[in-house]
Parts: sequence; C-alpha cells; structure tokens
Amino acid sequence: MSPPPEIQAGVVADVLSAPAPDSRVRRRGLSLPIVPLAIVVTFVVVAALAPLISPGDPYEQSLRSRFTPPVWDERGTWKHVLGTDRLGRDLLSRIVWGSRVSLAAGVLTVLLATVVGAAIGLVAGYYGGRVDAALMRMTDATMSFPVVLLALILAVTVGPSFVNVVVAIAVILWARYARVVRGQVLSLMTLDFIVQARLAGASAWRIITRHLLPNTLNTVVVLLTLQIGYVIIVEASLSFLGAGIPPPMPAWGTMIAEGREFVTSAWWVSFFPGLAILLVVLAFNLLGDWLRDTLDPKLRQL
Amino acid sequence: MPVLDVRDLRTHLITRWGTVKAVDGVSFTVDEGETLGLVGESGSGKSMTCLSILRLAPRPAARIVGGEVRLDGDDLLRKTGREMQRIRGKKIAMILQDPMSSLNPVFSIGMQVKEPLAMHHGLRGRALFSRAVDLLASVGISSPADRLLAFPHQLSGGMRQRVVGAMAISAPPRVLIADEPTTSLDVTIQAQYLRLLKELQQRHRLAMIFVTHNLGIVARVCDRVAVMYAGRIVEAGPVEQIFRAPAHPYTKALLESVPRLGDTREWLTAIDGQPPDLAALPPGCAFAPRCTSVMERCRVDAPPEVIVGEGRTSRCWLSVAPSPPRRDAGLALGSSDGPPRA
Repeated sequence: MSPPPEIQAGVVADVLSAPAPDSRVRRRGLSLPIVPLAIVVTFVVVAALAPLISPGDPYEQSLRSRFTPPVWDERGTWKHVLGTDRLGRDLLSRIVWGSRVSLAAGVLTVLLATVVGAAIGLVAGYYGGRVDAALMRMTDATMSFPVVLLALILAVTVGPSFVNVVVAIAVILWARYARVVRGQVLSLMTLDFIVQARLAGASAWRIITRHLLPNTLNTVVVLLTLQIGYVIIVEASLSFLGAGIPPPMPAWGTMIAEGREFVTSAWWVSFFPGLAILLVVLAFNLLGDWLRDTLDPKLRQL
Repeated sequence: MPVLDVRDLRTHLITRWGTVKAVDGVSFTVDEGETLGLVGESGSGKSMTCLSILRLAPRPAARIVGGEVRLDGDDLLRKTGREMQRIRGKKIAMILQDPMSSLNPVFSIGMQVKEPLAMHHGLRGRALFSRAVDLLASVGISSPADRLLAFPHQLSGGMRQRVVGAMAISAPPRVLIADEPTTSLDVTIQAQYLRLLKELQQRHRLAMIFVTHNLGIVARVCDRVAVMYAGRIVEAGPVEQIFRAPAHPYTKALLESVPRLGDTREWLTAIDGQPPDLAALPPGCAFAPRCTSVMERCRVDAPPEVIVGEGRTSRCWLSVAPSPPRRDAGLALGSSDGPPRA
C-alpha cells in the first residue's frame, strides 16, 4: 500500500514551500461542502420533524383522487403537491415520513456495523497470530455473502420488518470496518508509542481504547459517512424487492416498487422517491469524500 | 545487593526456520546509581535482553526459556501478567530509540505525561497538573505549562525525547533502560540529552542500562560495559579498563574500528565477515569465524566465562590461562595486555 506518486509529490511540495500546506489545509478545512451539507441537514430536519412538516397523513387513502399528477400538471392540485399514488395517498407526505425509515436504517445499521466491525478489527490487529487469522477468515467469509440474499432469507423465514433489514445489512457490513480498522491497527502496532505504552505498564484494554481506537477514528468516521449512503440504497433495494420495510409503512424503496407498474402512465409515483434517494445518497457520499480529503488525504483508496 | 540481577537469562525465538537463541545465558548486575553499557552489533541480542527483562519480548515467537531477573531480589520471571503491568513503568522504565513515533499523535503532551501519573500514583486534578508541569521542567523543557497543551507534531525530536524521558522517570523507577535513545537525534542534541539522562540518573539514584552501538557514548556515560555477541556477553567489566586493555578479540576489534582524533592509521580496521546466523551457530565460539587470533580449539569448544580481573569477565580461550599451557595462547594474552592505544 505505497502512497500513489501524486501524494508523495504533494508531501515534497509541502516541505519545499512552507506556507503552502497551511493555506491548502485552510482552504480544504474551512470550505464546507455547502450543497451536500444542506441536503443532509434538510433530510435530517425533515425526518426529525416529520409530524409537523408533513402536509397530510401518509396512510390516508382516497381512491377518488388516485394518480393525481404533481401540482404543475394541469390536472394537479395544491392539495397533493407531488401527486398521489395508486391508493390516492399523498406522495409528499409519504416521502417525508419515508425519510425517517431511510435515515434510521442508514444510521442504525452503520453504527451497529461500526461498533462490531471496529471491535473485531481492533482485537484482531492487537492480538495478531491465531486470533487475527480466525477473525479475518470470518471477515472474508462474511464479505463473500450477498446482503440481498441474507435479507431475503430473513424476510422469508422471520418475516420482513425494519429490525430485520437493519440486522441483515449490519451482519454483512461490519466486515468492511473490521478489515480497514485491522489494517490500521497493524501499522500502528509497529510504532513506538504502542510499545512505549506497554513499557509504561498499560493493559491491553487501555492500549486498545486509549491508543489504538483514537488513531483509527478518522478512518472510521470517513467510512461511516460513505457507508450511510450505501446502506440507504441497500435498504431501498430490499424494500423494493419486498424483503425490506413491509407496506403500508412509507419507505422509499417500497414506494418505487409500488409505482413500478405505472411508470408509463403515472411516472411521478416512482420518480419522486427515487429522486429523494438519489439526492440523499449523493449528498452523503460527497460529504464522506470531503471528510476523507480533510481528515486524512492519505486514505484515497477507501 | 544490586538493584537488577540478571542470571543466565535465555530467550529463544521459535520460528519456522528453527529455534534462534537470541539471548543465550546472559548474566549481569546493575547497582543503584550505576550505568551499565550494553554494546554489540545489530542482532546481537541487546534489545531482546532488555525486552526480556520487562517480559515484553515479542510473542508468540519469543519465549523466555530460563534464568532469573531479580529486581531488588524479586524474580520477575515468576510474576503474573498483572503484577508485571504494575512493575513496568513504575519500577522499570524504558526509553525507546525513535522519538518521532514514541508519542501518540492524537493526544496532547499533557494527556500523555499525565497518563502514567494517574495510572501508577492515582493523582487527579490540580495535583496531577502540577506534577506534570514539574516533570517537564525537570527534563529541561521551557514553559512546561504551555507545552502540556502542545501536540507531539509541534515539538522537535529532541523535545519529544525529553518528554519521553519525563514519562520514564515519572514514578521514579528503580531501573531505567535506555535503548539507543540518542541515535536519531542531532549530535549537539545528543550531547545535551546524554547530560540530562546522567543528571536524572544521579538525582534519582537510578540503575541504568544503556543500550548502544556507539562506543563513544559508552565511554562518556557508562561505568561498566558488557559487550554482546550472538546472544552472549563476551566481555564485561569497568569501562576504563576494557577500553584500555580489552581481553576479548571481539572487543578489541570493535575498539579498533572506531576512528579517533590524532589517529595515524591510513585505514580503519573493520571486522571481516558477517554476524553469525543465530539459527545455525558454529559448534565452538560464535566469533571464531571472524576472529584474527582464532585457534583450533575455538572451532570445537565454546569458551567458558572466565574472570580476568577485578569485576572483569571474558568469554575467550585466550583468557583461559595458563591451562592449557600453550605457547600461542600465552602470546596472544600478552599482546592483549599491551600498551593502551592512542
């Protein structure tokens, strides 16, 4: 894992021109990615305040006003700004309430995966030897298992539910964290300050929590942000396939699936939830990229 | 009674290619306020000896297979892991070679200096803060209260090594092991740091083990020296005597390979050959293949440790005199007692 030449060149340039790194860091550090950040913040606010913001009841059906187009269409009304679906439910309300599902699924899954994965990575990297070999084979096995398949199995055997979606994704996702964290720990273990900590009489627990964990936190935070977008997509895919959030609970993936048959006649039913997914995932990914560049430019490969 | 008494310490590395006797029957003592220099080439077992004393030799490969490490009469090899944790840092401290990586980059100096104080002495709050300030001041760091807030990357190598030194003496310990602490420092900083170590040692009456391959430093800071070769101490004794009249051909060769002011030699003398492969040592003396005064006997039997003077030992057949009464042995011994080199 030698750094690519442009990074090495960058380091040399930094050394040669003293003020350069400073100004570069400042430019990178303070120029917040306004657009992605705004999208993410809006998304979080909407999810948090869904009961207040939502223009209507997401479950209320009205067969008379089914397939109402968005407001800018001549048949559209201000009552249903983004139109209605097959059962006449207000799409905007459903998207607003659906953001709760997406956000909760994304954050919960990623947190669960992070905690488990980082713990396994830290233990594997710290103890090495057989512990490491066993844990890493487990990780490899996990990574080779398709998320969708596991979720389908869970959905068929236990029944689809929000908890099952979170568990199914987290059970697979932790492996990435374990890999990345373990790699970092291995390189940290060769540094003297770890040896020095042991020389000073620190216990394994203390070294792992006080010295190894804080040094891997940058990577973990970057990976976490990048993965939230990924998890939202996986959750939506599962819901689309019927193995995720069961109807009538409003989830973006389920909504796309519901509009699938009518794309030619009522495109908006699938289009708006899809747009929501696109915006949110894109925003999280851009935010993750920015975090990575800011926190640790050396982590380009993540 | 010596503070540290190491007897017949044996650490083996069990590898895929066989067992390597990294430390093979090493014995020495260090008294209060005394500095023992541990000298030898890379791979001679110096660092492994030090790590074995602290029971931190890299596992699972390294195993301490025998011997005793007595700290104030207490055998450390019999302690449990938990007991050892309390001894490390509190009774025996160690300073490592590279100041650039021996501090945690994500914590301030203060947090790191305070950690052992809180861990070993249970200090909290203001008492902890003022003790940390005192410690930094005692290793010659100016405006210590401000430095506590600094991060490692904001300090120079010499400063960081001082911080590491401050952390090492925080207990203060009984034994301080310094594993080439000055190799990565500038020469001027080196001199300052050595002076500081010496001063700290005298103030706290530390028993110090100074690992180095720099004989100039040995001459400056050590009282006694032990020369290691292939996992064994081949010669030990007071620095002055050994520098004046080395008994072992290896020590002699080491001293001859150091350039000096006023040296009239055209070429420096180097030691021919390579350090031996520890996994496949020759049957006799490990130094025999490179020794200039080698005898037939050296290739067959390993020489015993013999006393060659007041507090001096040597592991060489040349020192085993007069038995067997051989002409060549006697001659060689005579030459080793010759006039001191310029």
